[in-house]
Amino acid sequence: METMTIAGKALQLDADGNLANHNDWNEEVARELGVQEGIPELTTQHWAVINFMRSVFEKEGDAPSIRRLTKESGVDTKTLYQLFPKGPAKRAARIAGLPKPKGCI
Amino acid sequence: MTNNGAQPIEKVSIIISRGSLEGVYPGLIMANGARMEGIEASIFFTFFGLDAIIKKRMNNLKVATVGNPAMHMPTLLGALPGMSAFATLMMKKEIEKIDIPPVGEFLTMIHDAGGEIFGCRASVDMFHLKPTDFCEEVDGIISVGQFYEKAAGGQIIFT
Repeated sequence: METMTIAGKALQLDADGNLANHNDWNEEVARELGVQEGIPELTTQHWAVINFMRSVFEKEGDAPSIRRLTKESGVDTKTLYQLFPKGPAKRAARIAGLPKPKGCI
Repeated sequence: MTNNGAQPIEKVSIIISRGSLEGVYPGLIMANGARMEGIEASIFFTFFGLDAIIKKRMNNLKVATVGNPAMHMPTLLGALPGMSAFATLMMKKEIEKIDIPPVGEFLTMIHDAGGEIFGCRASVDMFHLKPTDFCEEVDGIISVGQFYEKAAGGQIIFT
């Protein structure tokens, strides 16, 4: 398994380059992953998405669908795509320290 | 990434040519899925596919219960009054269960995600449709030539 030094610690990554263990995640790790994804600074709205994704993942074992994300996190679809222009599903999950979402929607 | 070093897809142009529920949803799911991955996406609705962007019809699309062997229903049974409505109701329930929105909401979602939505000029003329018949997400009624221009540099998917 590949490891990468993120925020001063060698962390294991899965085959997609996401954290292999979501418990390795902290806010500093998120900021550094954000920079890797082309987001120099995470705003309050980025954090709203990230925290919502993590809370759903901890309860249900998978990241929420985009539809649910926009309905329940308070960030609408247009804003979501502006926050994560390279694709909200994959990018936001990676920054949130979660595996790539399994769902299609 | 397990794409064996192949060039990732950056852009898709999806054609939806059928107006049944099962004819429309796959294209919508493919377009939305593309946007979720950061892939540029547009949808071109042609022939009966136009029903999916006509305000009065978009949320009343039906599942075809006749001429659809994968329904596993004898043709004569599928032709009974109310059978298509029943099959449609059942499928809509299952669609909602897996968090796929109704057609109208799905189009808004794709459009808000940056996906472009076009109607086919020839089909609009053939069915004598007016601009006011279409939902507000429609970015334009375009010719086949314009469609190809817009699709340049990407993949075309016909459904």
